[in-house]
Amino acid sequence: MSQSIEKDVRDFILENFLFGDESRMPDVTESLLEADLIDSTGILELVAYLEQHFGLAIADAEIVPANLDSIASICAFVTAKSKAPAKLVAA
Amino acid sequence: MCGIAGYFGDIRKVGDARTILRRMNAAIGHRGPDERDIHVGKGTGLAHTRLSIVGLSDGQQPMANPDGTVWISFNGEVFNYVELRNELIAKGRHFRTGSDTEVILQLYDEMGIDCVDRLNGDFAFAIWDEKRQQMMLARDRMGVRPLFHTMHKGVLFFASEVKALLTVPGIGAAMDPIALDQIFTLWAPIAPRTPFKGISELPPAYRMMIDKRGSEVEPYWRLSFPDRDERLPPRHEAQVAEELRALLEDATRIRLRADVPVGAYLSGGLDSSIVSAMAQRQVKDRLRTFSVTFDSPEHDESAQQQEMVAALGTQHSAIACRDGDIARIFPDVVRATERPVIRTAPAPLYLLSDLVRKEGFKVVLTGEGADEVFAGYDIFKEAMVRRFCARQPGSRIRPHLFRKLYPYLPGLKQQSPDYLAAFFGTGLDRVDDPLFSHGPRLRGTAAAKMFYSGELRAQLQGYDAAAELAANLPPEFPRWHPLHQAQYLETAFLLPGYILSSQGDRMAMAHGVEGRFPFLDHRLVEFAARIPASMKLKGLTEKHILREATRDLLPASIARRTKQPYRAPDSQSFSGEAAPAYVSAALAPNTVADCGLFNPRAVAKLYDKCRRQGISGFRDNAAFIGVLSSQLWCHAFAAGGTIPASHAA
Repeated sequence: MSQSIEKDVRDFILENFLFGDESRMPDVTESLLEADLIDSTGILELVAYLEQHFGLAIADAEIVPANLDSIASICAFVTAKSKAPAKLVAA
Repeated sequence: MCGIAGYFGDIRKVGDARTILRRMNAAIGHRGPDERDIHVGKGTGLAHTRLSIVGLSDGQQPMANPDGTVWISFNGEVFNYVELRNELIAKGRHFRTGSDTEVILQLYDEMGIDCVDRLNGDFAFAIWDEKRQQMMLARDRMGVRPLFHTMHKGVLFFASEVKALLTVPGIGAAMDPIALDQIFTLWAPIAPRTPFKGISELPPAYRMMIDKRGSEVEPYWRLSFPDRDERLPPRHEAQVAEELRALLEDATRIRLRADVPVGAYLSGGLDSSIVSAMAQRQVKDRLRTFSVTFDSPEHDESAQQQEMVAALGTQHSAIACRDGDIARIFPDVVRATERPVIRTAPAPLYLLSDLVRKEGFKVVLTGEGADEVFAGYDIFKEAMVRRFCARQPGSRIRPHLFRKLYPYLPGLKQQSPDYLAAFFGTGLDRVDDPLFSHGPRLRGTAAAKMFYSGELRAQLQGYDAAAELAANLPPEFPRWHPLHQAQYLETAFLLPGYILSSQGDRMAMAHGVEGRFPFLDHRLVEFAARIPASMKLKGLTEKHILREATRDLLPASIARRTKQPYRAPDSQSFSGEAAPAYVSAALAPNTVADCGLFNPRAVAKLYDKCRRQGISGFRDNAAFIGVLSSQLWCHAFAAGGTIPASHAA
């Protein structure tokens, strides 16, 4: 997992979903949904951030918990997308 | 419809009786701008501020029986007072006035405290019985009219609104952290708790007896549903629809009784359209109807309103709720609700009642209650679909139904079935949980608790509002049909705690307007409770039996219209350059810290997010409105968290 990607994702979560409360930062594999950190609008905010910040194009079919529901899965998804932008990784 | 206040006990410990009663009356003068009076007896006092609707010339209060041994201060209406009066006259009783107030007095004389069983109406009253040396407080079955009370220096004080109690020397306001947590979970406090520490409300359908030995509170009516295994006599849908229609017509008929003109709210939805259509058939002149419109297309229902106005031929007036209006009036709205809210939806209704009053009307019929009584809310369908999904947890097809439930929520439209299943999957393995139907809503609302301060968390000590709600459910609750369980949660808690109070009585009475609710006639409520669940929610068609019963009253497009929940612009009302200065002041770190309820840094980031990009999701909106209204509540009522005067609206 790229440390830079992870840091950026953590910063985004801290600012947008935790409103600065670092004590609630989830473990890397913890479900953001289960931790009550994200809702349907939050998913769209996350997708918009990933597209803008990492220059990705994320297809509807990729907006699934398998790709976006933990820090680890987000980082893996971003890494894979960055390496193979032409081949979308659908869950 | 009026405001009432009073006390029981040795008032000399607190102050001068007349001064105290007059101050209490003045604080709720908006509820009854027409007349005002007090009565001081031995060890007791009653105050009344009157909105004259029935018995204009002879209904003054507080009112006594002929020998002056029984006194009443009454807020509301008894809609069946004509029939009760005739019954009492047939028994040889004589009436001095034409008011419904005297009917209660005489009925009390006839039946004692059981008189409430015979009243069909929206009421809160106090009766002082000098012979028995006993005070009786009572409140209507559904919780339309409010009644708050508190004990101070051994004296029981009561009033229609808390602000009257706060005028009593020595009674102050402090936030009850449990009540705040209940609002941030359930949208409303669980009665008798209120946001004011030490001040209670009399729950709906309860009476309270007070004498020198103490007080006793007991229910005189309770909403109930049949056991799901109970074998009810088979009834054809057409027969049920016919009975429903007759009851609703009668409920509307008796709610048109008044010595002043009665108008109606007409939102363009099914329920208010039905009520307006029924009322138009029963009044001689063109019905006066009123509505609110919005700049934002996602909230506006002007087209439907105009369609109904054309169909019924009513004389209609609308008030436009423009972009800056909600923020402009929000501090006044919170002063009127007397409790933090997590939505701005009360605000447009504040504007609407102002319009009604300026147009010269004091009374309006509304369609409120139909969604609770006939299962109209989306949450009922959501619970049904969640149960459907729970039967096949791995299904990728079934979650698509969630998208159909909320076509007006953009965040859901774009979600994959996997995410839809995840969002609504809360508690799918616990379908027997009594709060199953409300799981996603409770969870979404409770997310706003992340803004609590450390101090508030410490006070709460891990308190669980949902667990308390579950513990308050009647013992027979588990035996009811799941739809009826969900209906009970809406009708017994959210309806009185939020819909009828924050969006209802407090918004209308802020401008001296009385709302009347045909769908909440207790005969109709009891009848509907025994209608099979499948006739209320048929597939994903809400209020099916109500539609069947009234299909000839409305244009087909309105009759077939899917429920459009009443919503108003939330956080976006408070962002942008035109936002009033009080918003920044109320959410400033030092103000938030002074108030002590929320984490100043987290609130600052939420406000920043609101200003920077706008927030559109339910949870962030609920948090923003919840925090802002709590801050305004502190400013309006409690010491601490004071917003600088130059910024306060």
